[in-house]
Amino acid sequence: MKKITRVLFLLAVALILATGQVVAGEVVIKGSTTVLPITQKTAEAFMAANPEVKISISGGGSGNGIKAIIDGTADIGNASRFIKSKEVSLANSKGVYPVPHRVALDAIVPVVNQSNKVSGLTMAQLKDIYLGKIKDWKEVGGTPGKIVVISRDSSSGTFGVWKNLVMKKERVIPSALTVPSNGGVVQAVGKTPGAIGYVGLGYLNEEIKPVDVDGVEPTEENTVNGSFPIARGLFMFTKGWPKGDTAAFISFILSRKGQDLVQEAGSIPLF
Amino acid sequence: MRRQDIDKGVQSVFLLVALFSITALSLIMVFLFLEGIPIFETVSVKDFVFGKYWYPTDEPADFGIMPLILGSVYVTLLAGMIAIPLGIMTAIYLAEIASPRVAEIVKPIVELLASMPSVVIGFFGMVVVAPFLQKLFDIPVGLNMFNASLMLAFMAVPTICSISEDAIFSVPTALKEASFALGATHNETIIRVIIPASLSGICTAVILGLSRAIGETMVVLMAAGGAAMLPTSIFDPVRPLPASIAAEMAEAPFGSEHYHALFAIGVVLFVFTFGFNLIADYISHKFRQVGEASL
Repeated sequence: MKKITRVLFLLAVALILATGQVVAGEVVIKGSTTVLPITQKTAEAFMAANPEVKISISGGGSGNGIKAIIDGTADIGNASRFIKSKEVSLANSKGVYPVPHRVALDAIVPVVNQSNKVSGLTMAQLKDIYLGKIKDWKEVGGTPGKIVVISRDSSSGTFGVWKNLVMKKERVIPSALTVPSNGGVVQAVGKTPGAIGYVGLGYLNEEIKPVDVDGVEPTEENTVNGSFPIARGLFMFTKGWPKGDTAAFISFILSRKGQDLVQEAGSIPLF
Repeated sequence: MRRQDIDKGVQSVFLLVALFSITALSLIMVFLFLEGIPIFETVSVKDFVFGKYWYPTDEPADFGIMPLILGSVYVTLLAGMIAIPLGIMTAIYLAEIASPRVAEIVKPIVELLASMPSVVIGFFGMVVVAPFLQKLFDIPVGLNMFNASLMLAFMAVPTICSISEDAIFSVPTALKEASFALGATHNETIIRVIIPASLSGICTAVILGLSRAIGETMVVLMAAGGAAMLPTSIFDPVRPLPASIAAEMAEAPFGSEHYHALFAIGVVLFVFTFGFNLIADYISHKFRQVGEASL
């Protein structure tokens, strides 16, 4: 009987010790679903090369990724936007200094239905369409017809970038349809002749027609050289400067091989 | 062991099980209210419920859920206008008019409709019904209030039909026979005797059907269009309460105003469905037919 109690006691102590600190060789990553595909792709390759390191990845959104860094429940927090000043002050109040690492680029492309004759819009026109000032396609050189404005939910990272870069922080009209995902925008624009929407570059397909912005074609090349105006960085945040396996993983993503994997996963590499 | 002891034991086990589900339910309610109430430190209850603009992530944010409430109410009413006549008439047909063989085939099919996953119905609305409505009515967009109402009506019909059918079926035969004996035709008997006698059951059915429609999330998320605007026509896109919670909860920072506002929407939704259930309970008690003499 005594022996059993002792074994149980030792087991309990071991359990407490094990849960109390992150096991060496494990990297926990949480956050944006936009950054998820590139994280999975690079993590698989990294684990194949370093079998002693275990990387666990989950989604949950940009906000949750940054929150996880502040709480210490993850080593890396993914975000499809830069950290907000509110989040920085929350982190600082807990003694955490989040460090951003830009790991990839993404362009957000305005799209219209295949039947639409309009092939280019200016930033000002896009803004007026989303403000509800331009209501008909004939005002921007298309065939007459009501413009159906399709937007993303106000909490999505893509919406945040659109709002900052195109809307200049003004409000999208309330009558805009909101769709919960990039795929949903493709679906809705593809089925609605008068629709306009916006999606990440990786989601373009033959169902929808991309629109040039200020005369610049939305391509990977134009995003990397900075001429396409609606582009954003995809970030990984760490708690302070990364150390050990976390540092090794981030430098792997930023290496030539890592960036090739980023491209394979459908995002735009930094170089 | 004595039989009385076994009896007692069984009783207490059942009591425990019942207590467990009640406790779980009340804890969820407490949690809902605890997480929802902090939003009223930033907006007043009046501005929250009657505010016309829902911009939860702006700086400064607007937390007005009137467009969402109206979206929910209109979609549910419209769904009711479609589903109530269909459901009740199907129930009357099945219980009174159809031959037993037909009823045996049709009834399970109607009930099968109830077991259709809501995401399938939502997807159907988004991919099939939306383009169809768009062409049929020549409207700019097919994801709108009317589409969502049609899909919700689909879901409410089986509930309304099967509960009403039970109510109509349980009308005492003596009542029916008395009516026939007085020379009434079958139609007259249905309208003057059977429907009044089963009214409480039918009302309960309607209310339960509608409360299912107002709480339904997936269908309205996929088919209603999701625009937080005050609707002016049935072809306007709307954003009902459950759709807002489902679409925004994942990205709302934990503990933020937006997060609390979404829980407060949950409270509003809870008040709606709770009200529906209270009314259903009241009607079924108040108008219950006791015996055959109370008609």
